[in-house]
Amino acid sequence: MIPAILDAPAPHEGTLRRLSDLLVRRHNLLVLILLVPPLLWLGMVYLGSLFVFLGQSIFSIDEFSGTIVREPTLATLAELFRPANFDILIRTVSIAAAVTLLCAIIGFPMAYYAARYAGPRAKAAFYLAVMMPLWSSYLVKIYGWKLLLAKEGAIGWIAGRLGLGPALEAWLALPLVGGPSLSVSYTGMVLVFTYLWLPFMILPMHAALERVPRSLIEAAGDLGASPGRTFRTVILPLALPGVVAGAIFTFSLTLGDYIVPQIIGTSALVLGQAVYTLQGTAGNIPLSAAFSLVPILVMALFLTLAKKTGAFDAL
Amino acid sequence: MHANIDTALAIPAVRFAGVARHFGAVKAVDGVDLSILPGEFFAMLGPSGSGKTTCLRLIAGFEQPDAGHIEIFGEKVEGLPPYRRAVNTVFQDYALFPHLSVGDNVAYGLRVRGVGRAERDKQAREALAMVKLTGMESRRPAQLSGGQRQRVALARALIVRPKVLLLDEPLGALDLKLREEMQLELKGLQRTLGLSFVFVTHDQGEALSMADRVAVFNEGRIVQVGPPEEVYERPRTRFVAGFVGSANVLSAAEAQALGAPARPSSLRPEKIALMSAGASAPRGAVVLDAAIVDVSYQGPVRRITARTPARLVLVAAVPAGQAGEIERGGRVRFAVRSDALQPMESEE
Repeated sequence: MIPAILDAPAPHEGTLRRLSDLLVRRHNLLVLILLVPPLLWLGMVYLGSLFVFLGQSIFSIDEFSGTIVREPTLATLAELFRPANFDILIRTVSIAAAVTLLCAIIGFPMAYYAARYAGPRAKAAFYLAVMMPLWSSYLVKIYGWKLLLAKEGAIGWIAGRLGLGPALEAWLALPLVGGPSLSVSYTGMVLVFTYLWLPFMILPMHAALERVPRSLIEAAGDLGASPGRTFRTVILPLALPGVVAGAIFTFSLTLGDYIVPQIIGTSALVLGQAVYTLQGTAGNIPLSAAFSLVPILVMALFLTLAKKTGAFDAL
Repeated sequence: MHANIDTALAIPAVRFAGVARHFGAVKAVDGVDLSILPGEFFAMLGPSGSGKTTCLRLIAGFEQPDAGHIEIFGEKVEGLPPYRRAVNTVFQDYALFPHLSVGDNVAYGLRVRGVGRAERDKQAREALAMVKLTGMESRRPAQLSGGQRQRVALARALIVRPKVLLLDEPLGALDLKLREEMQLELKGLQRTLGLSFVFVTHDQGEALSMADRVAVFNEGRIVQVGPPEEVYERPRTRFVAGFVGSANVLSAAEAQALGAPARPSSLRPEKIALMSAGASAPRGAVVLDAAIVDVSYQGPVRRITARTPARLVLVAAVPAGQAGEIERGGRVRFAVRSDALQPMESEE
């Protein structure tokens, strides 16, 4: 007996159909067609220009004429280690580390709650609350914080009302973290950065925690581990890739930012500002490129250390 | 049966008294009483959603009962978290820790009990040897096959010497050959260790072949509990008759027509004999002429579905060799002995 399907009219033989037949048979061709545009974008437009720019760091600038001397030299890179420049690096990396740590400490409980305890409605509210700050203008938020942090601003006022005025004064009187007011201090800068980048820490942590199967947590308890022990030996190691992913965001975003330090910070420069002024006003592209290498190297170091500590073992 | 006497004398390994667990409007476990004896291989059998897994989780402590009491070796355990109970679980998905090596997985229970590195490595090696995984300590769970993971999960649960081992559909993810092999091994292990095994499964064959006693669950309740032969030979309800093996279920009138007491009854397909043409009826048997509705080949047996003139549809399983010229549309003669009919308490 002939199956009925053979009696059905043959599909129309068009060019499009022949093309899809070809792509089905030779799926490598399909992969090529899909990948070429993004590879061009990523490889040439993005990475290519980045490397061309970073390549400038082996050139130097003629101090008299201000023109770029296109001869390979390590002098520009060595300039990074001059005390004034090295201070900028240390300052920026310290701020980024503080921001990352603060984001992780604040973000983890929120991500943990949303991943393990929140019902569907609470989870929707959580996503909304985490994402919403990303929808408004970055500059508006920073200026908003400037007002909150100002000497006569809301934070100072609330601290005063709560009788915490002296504590705030004492904090601001501290060297390094202090300043004339929160809005002109490293403390303020770290607070604003933490506020800005917190979603980038929470979302990957939440995703990692969601992926920890409930049965693993139950198995740990079943084998005699108290909840604290289960957290340390099972949940945290499995969530670590998410924490590291979040840290990559908060760390690199802080390393590269130059607007927050300009509005909230002190007169001391951070890396982003250094790059900005060097390649803009000063026209010192080689040194600017050398500075730009730093975040990449710092991130590479960070990832190597994270890998060494076994952060990616669970991946 | 001995079981009843033992139940009265020994302290049960696990005892449920009127245990209920509700999830909102869903009565997952709805008034369960049971006693599992020390050293017993106890199977909880039922379709998904029948409450068997929830019962297991109640013993482990992952769930707390809404009503009733649970005792483990005479000790009330309500409110006791899993990590304070002397029972261990082999999870359906094995729940091996992906970030730990096989050896560290097995040794995990010892690690949280503060056993030193050297001692727990030694015990982990022994436990792995017991499940025939010698030399696998440094592998990662992801590098193992399903059967090997199952063994690691078993070693990990047994290393802390539980009083009762709970197994949640542990063979469900294995292919048939491996499953049969593991059934034998599990049974052997249970005999050697003399532990109570509580085994949750929806596979009636598995429950019948491995367990000392089977509890059949349906809709949050135990509908029958007893040794496998008893549950299979004398199902108490239509549900048990249909879920444990397959059965023809007859109404009281239909049973009476076959010479059995006027009670709803079950009749196993293999208890129906095929009669060759011209043969006389065996003693005590009723002969039925029936029209064949369907025949299906199942290896050793052929299943014949046929309808009698009284519109009774019967399924018979006859040895494949006997069913030579049986064809759909033809006629057969069945012989049914009245004592092959098992009266049931209810037709439900």
